[in-house]
Amino acid sequence: MARPTDMFVWPARLLHWLMAVLIIAMLFIGVGMVASVSERHDWLVRLHKPLGVAILVLAVVRLIVRWRNPPPPLPADLPVLQKWAALASHWLLYALMLTLPLVGWAMLSAGGYPVMLSASLRLPSILPANAVAFAVLRHLHAWLAVLLFATFLAHLGAALYHGLVRRDGVLGSMVGWRPRR
Amino acid sequence: MGSNGNGEGRRVLRRVGGWWRYGMIAGVPLVVAAGLGYAGGWLTPGRLTAQKLVDQLQSNAGVHPGYRRNHAKGVCVAGTFTGNGALQSYSKAQVFAPGVVPVVGRFAIPGGNPYAPDSSAPIRSMALRLTQPNGQQWRTGMNSMPVFPVATPQAFYELLQAQQPDPASGKPDQAKVGAFFGAHPEAGAFLAWVKTAKPSPSYAVDSYWSLNAFELVDAQGAHHPVRWRMVPEARADGSAGQGEDYLAADLVQRLAAGPLRWHLLVTLADPGDPTSDATKAWPASRREIDAGTLELTSTQPQDSGPCRDVNYDPLVLPDGIQASDDPLLPARSAAYAASYLRRTSEEAHLPGSATAKKEAR
Repeated sequence: MARPTDMFVWPARLLHWLMAVLIIAMLFIGVGMVASVSERHDWLVRLHKPLGVAILVLAVVRLIVRWRNPPPPLPADLPVLQKWAALASHWLLYALMLTLPLVGWAMLSAGGYPVMLSASLRLPSILPANAVAFAVLRHLHAWLAVLLFATFLAHLGAALYHGLVRRDGVLGSMVGWRPRR
Repeated sequence: MGSNGNGEGRRVLRRVGGWWRYGMIAGVPLVVAAGLGYAGGWLTPGRLTAQKLVDQLQSNAGVHPGYRRNHAKGVCVAGTFTGNGALQSYSKAQVFAPGVVPVVGRFAIPGGNPYAPDSSAPIRSMALRLTQPNGQQWRTGMNSMPVFPVATPQAFYELLQAQQPDPASGKPDQAKVGAFFGAHPEAGAFLAWVKTAKPSPSYAVDSYWSLNAFELVDAQGAHHPVRWRMVPEARADGSAGQGEDYLAADLVQRLAAGPLRWHLLVTLADPGDPTSDATKAWPASRREIDAGTLELTSTQPQDSGPCRDVNYDPLVLPDGIQASDDPLLPARSAAYAASYLRRTSEEAHLPGSATAKKEAR
């Protein structure tokens, strides 16, 4: 019988998997919309903005849930380097979940665009219109997205490593499986 | 592995020594990365992208850092739009309610060369950004011709390719241009218009057509397909411009004498009128509504004026105006965004962006 602390609490697991779907979808939408001139382009751009704001809000909720419910500890026998990589990559993921939507919002603001989340819902600008700021933020948005995708792939590989090779219950703590002892 | 797993499978796994696990750890992320590569078009180099369209514009006109990649030569204008309420039963957009909204606009001539003579093409363009009291915007880019030569982004790309100047003569190869139009009968209405069109001596005397169809959305949510055009109050006097840069000077002169006005005429489609084909004009009998008056009061050079940093993306629309199914619209939006990123990157002197050489005229 596993102790309850061996797993993330259910709100944390729900948020993790919901955001996993949203973030991966966003990465695909992002690269897809800039590489398309068909009606898909317009459709994807209109999806990209509300999803980005949803991810920003969910990331804040998730940090609160994490603060109230500390995650289960990593296995005691995990090598120091791996432990450090796990911690660093997770905080990087959180930082990117918050930063990417904010950079996108700031970028549209600096470009002088109305930040429309739907046909009628407009967010206020968070920066004055400035073409130089737009260009810097637009490139930053793309490079941070590349970093997020790379970190996600490492996260995915590490999760599989825990689940398939180490079989140490780390993957189960997020999937919701009780570890076999 | 479950304790009741089948024995043979487990023997196979033991024989491959568990390497399949490492295969999964590497393979699953690789498959995801390949999926992203496909979505981004890196695995399908034949796909038409905004980058290709803008690259082709650059091949045709050269790279002029800081300038728009098309309609590069132009001037900023500013003024107001006064809605008269006549369109309110068709669109809930604030801009059509009685009232005044500020306008930042731009007149330009087509092509990517910011030093082209004003008489190089019989076409002028008017781009407008109208800002509603609620902060939503309507951006529109219109041309002084009633129809567009092609109906699809792919055909437009091929037209640009056909018009690429021959390196030897510096001029487009007329055989290639002729072959293109031979293969594109849909350009017929445009070619008939071009035959009689003359480069106007003033931005002020031209009408400017939306070319693409849009949909108005009324307060009940019903959609009304429309096109629009700006019709000038000023009349052409039959004169022709002198020199190479007469349009900007003419505008300064006219605005010194007083504001310039256009009427926004919105044409309502009948059922069956094509909304996805900008090469086809709608019958002249369609109902038209004068929705308000554009009044321009000042002009500024484009390198310092307020229009410089505006991307006149025709899909920046307020609640009450929507894109139609015209395939040119998303392509315009995507290509304008690519052009905007390039020229703002040049303005910011970012690494990898084109840098200004001493440009010889």
